[in-house]
Amino acid sequence: MNYNFEIVVVGGGPAGIAAACAAAEQGKSVAIVDENVGPGGQVWRGERTQQGKCDSTSPSYWFRRLKDCPLIRQFFGWRIFDAPAFGILRSEQQGECIELGYKRLVLATGARERFLPFPGWTLPNVMGAGAIQVMVKSGLPIRNKRVVVAGSGPLLLAVSAYLRQHEANVVAIYEQTSWINLARFMGGITGSPAKLVQGLQYVWKTFGIPFRAGCWPIAVHGKDRLQSAVISNGTKQWELACDYLACGFHLVPNIELASLLGCRIEGTVVEVDSLQRTSVDSIFCAGESTGIGGLEMSLLEGRIAGLASAGDHIGAEALAQQRGKMLRFASLLAKTFALRSELKSLSRPDTIVCRCEDVPFELISRHNSWRSAKLHTRCGMGACQGRICGTALEFLNGWIADSIRPPIFPAPLSSLAVDRENLVHNHLDT
Amino acid sequence: MSHHYDVVVLGAGIVGAACALEFTQAGMRVAVVERGVIGGEATAAGMGHIVVMDDSPAQFALTRYSQLLWAELAPTLPENIEYDRCGTLWIAQNEEEMPELQRKYIYYQSLGVPVQILDSSGLTEAEPNLSTSLVGALLVPEDAVLYSPAAALFMVQCAQKMGAKLYLEKTVVRAGESEVLLDDATMLRTDRIVNAMGASASTVTPDLPIRKRKGHLIITDRYPGFCRHQMVELGYLTSAHSVTSDSVAFNLQPRRTGQLLLGSSRQFDVDNGFVDRSIVKAMVERAQRFIPKLSSLSALRIWTGFRVATPDHLPLIGAIQGDASMFVAVGHEGLGITTSLATAHLLLDQFLERTSIIPLDPYSPSRFSVTEAHA
Ligand SMILES: Cc1cc2nc3c(=O)[nH]c(=O)nc-3n(C[C@H](O)[C@H](O)[C@H](O)COP(=O)(O)OP(=O)(O)OC[C@H]3O[C@@H](n4cnc5c(N)ncnc54)[C@H](O)[C@@H]3O)c2cc1C
Ligand SMILES: Cc1cc2nc3c(=O)[nH]c(=O)nc-3n(C[C@H](O)[C@H](O)[C@H](O)COP(=O)(O)OP(=O)(O)OC[C@H]3O[C@@H](n4cnc5c(N)ncnc54)[C@H](O)[C@@H]3O)c2cc1C
Repeated sequence: MNYNFEIVVVGGGPAGIAAACAAAEQGKSVAIVDENVGPGGQVWRGERTQQGKCDSTSPSYWFRRLKDCPLIRQFFGWRIFDAPAFGILRSEQQGECIELGYKRLVLATGARERFLPFPGWTLPNVMGAGAIQVMVKSGLPIRNKRVVVAGSGPLLLAVSAYLRQHEANVVAIYEQTSWINLARFMGGITGSPAKLVQGLQYVWKTFGIPFRAGCWPIAVHGKDRLQSAVISNGTKQWELACDYLACGFHLVPNIELASLLGCRIEGTVVEVDSLQRTSVDSIFCAGESTGIGGLEMSLLEGRIAGLASAGDHIGAEALAQQRGKMLRFASLLAKTFALRSELKSLSRPDTIVCRCEDVPFELISRHNSWRSAKLHTRCGMGACQGRICGTALEFLNGWIADSIRPPIFPAPLSSLAVDRENLVHNHLDT
Repeated sequence: MSHHYDVVVLGAGIVGAACALEFTQAGMRVAVVERGVIGGEATAAGMGHIVVMDDSPAQFALTRYSQLLWAELAPTLPENIEYDRCGTLWIAQNEEEMPELQRKYIYYQSLGVPVQILDSSGLTEAEPNLSTSLVGALLVPEDAVLYSPAAALFMVQCAQKMGAKLYLEKTVVRAGESEVLLDDATMLRTDRIVNAMGASASTVTPDLPIRKRKGHLIITDRYPGFCRHQMVELGYLTSAHSVTSDSVAFNLQPRRTGQLLLGSSRQFDVDNGFVDRSIVKAMVERAQRFIPKLSSLSALRIWTGFRVATPDHLPLIGAIQGDASMFVAVGHEGLGITTSLATAHLLLDQFLERTSIIPLDPYSPSRFSVTEAHA
């Protein structure tokens, strides 16, 4: 099946919703696509409309605005796996494949958690902080379970608050960054009341849970299942019995689709100008795939991209004025939650780094580039295409990941074929 | 700084790696220069099918010689090279192809290559997922598959253990007249130079009659037991020979991991590595004729690579006229993994001025006159 739109938005998180609404409100035909079954992305996953407060940063507000746009066609539960040529996206749902045509494209693919290998990290019940939240949202019983939360980033607090709300026994929160960095961070957001309120809310909601900065997990113990986590502050280490370790080391942008489309990547983020334009004509990018900046920034960027892709440059430029402040917050985030170098030496020789292909650290450490390690150890060659180990090794060894190859997610062979006629306008030659 | 070697090998793809090992084993002082990752170019893109082919008598001689050398080496190869003597099935689609199957059978057999003809039911038994409409196949049980980048690395490491020197992440900027200049200004002095720089060989040895031929490959998720042999359509050569247009042929390989590697396409004069989904379409459709179930399998990724071809589809192995120190080993097209070992042997024979097991002339670079090279 083929569907054609003036604008396709990939990602149904805050940035994608805002972009789709802004573009459709300009009278454009818009599609919004997300692999999740409903709108919301990472932060609003599973939220329902008409619930709670309704300001311009609330899910209720945006879900209603999305619903009220007749020009938006929603494709939830559909995952984009290939971009065979400019103007065409391929999407898949349980083996069924559709093609989405666009004149202009907004990528709002968000971010994912970063995982770092340490002894035992592949044991069941060791999971990402965001991942455990998702699992609880989809029914994992967590009441009275002992959860240690560790790693880095504001997500740790958000998840802890969520878990406590669901009656988990959150044993402690360990943030790898130092108290000094956290104090600077708080100082840095005093000028932004909304952020301050949000921060204080999390502090309130996690009140009573021991919070320690400058500590990180170094190992977990357990036979078939997690039994305890070992935490260190650099001089001392101690062990805590737990049922779950929720552990993520801040976020990394999802750049694979942008990269496949030939958009320039700057370090680990998609490069955009003030109107969210990427280096490829008619392709825009908004939200955390352009850098980790939080909800407000994703919403703002989404609105800018929506207007700009719909041709309302004046409107987009007016909004873009507000970007400066958000960018400062983003760089404050990056500085605050930069990973300490001690985290580079957590792996033992036999610690698995690539989970798809079972490649231990000792094999990888014999190589001096991602490409060499990948080619000779198969690390990163599995189904996740190095999304986990590649991201870890970027930090551990300073390696730059290989260029992405299609498809960006595994897909049936038959769904990768495209007729020659449809490729005529392809300008993806890279 | 100056260094003196008996031979400097330029490029550590499978061909350079095989040369480095062979020369070192013969007691020569060897250096290998590689600008990137060992086995990181064509060698990483290839299928690793060790296959006897009979496009021409010279091709047959080289591939058979090599196939036997690989079989000899096999017991010493570490696990990660994934050497697997799975055999090749050359599959006939219809009755019209049966005479060709017969011819191939007689040719291989007369030259001592074990072969066996399978009829339709024998074929289904050998490969249950094949379409039952196929009429038969020629089984070449001594053919094999391996993981070529690992093989290249292994050979370089063996050579290093025996004293060869590896200049890794160094680019050759100039070579000739017993000197090799690297991009960090290191000058290597040597009696002989072997240019095994694959698609980049002309940057150091100008006027080589070589052209790039792009190929696409698709790797699937793991389906252990889905197929057991490397399967190639008998019409492969007809398709491989089309020099005017893009061509596609059915070529499926079982990997040790349970993954399947699907080939193959050939395109001339395309310089970019872009994955052309219309070629992918042609490959998948072609494959579906042979294995209907294939198209529902999950693909993990698609990549492209470049074969380096000469006008007569035979490699250039030997001395370059006008420079007594200069040799080349390039242009192996779609067979360089297979023929790397024989290539190294033939070069060593020339260095030592001893008679080779197979005639050298068909591969001699001097078979192409200069004018032809410019054409
Ligand atoms: C696991 C996780 C949990 C988080 N939890 C919180 C929280 O509780 N509170 C908080 O304030 N912040 C949280 N964050 C931070 C949050 O990401 C941002 O605040 C904000 O949601 C970013 O919005 P976005 O629209 O840029 O990206 P996202 O919300 O990440 O949305 C991107 C969307 O794109 C979709 N997508 C990506 N690629 C494809 C594709 N190829 N095909 C189809 N769909 C695709 C994804 O499924 C996702 O829904 C979390 C982040 C992560 C990674
Ligand atoms: C799609 C495809 C499928 C194939 N399938 C098969 C198969 O099944 N069986 C088979 O036998 N063959 C196959 N081949 C062919 C095989 O891959 C090649 O013939 C073989 O890899 C060539 O090896 P090489 O060492 O000559 O070249 P390469 O592997 O390209 O090595 C050349 C090396 O030289 C280095 N280099 C280049 N310039 C410089 C410089 N200036 N300084 C230093 N180093 C330099 C490069 O970095 C590179 O590592 C296939 C090829 C393709 C493209």
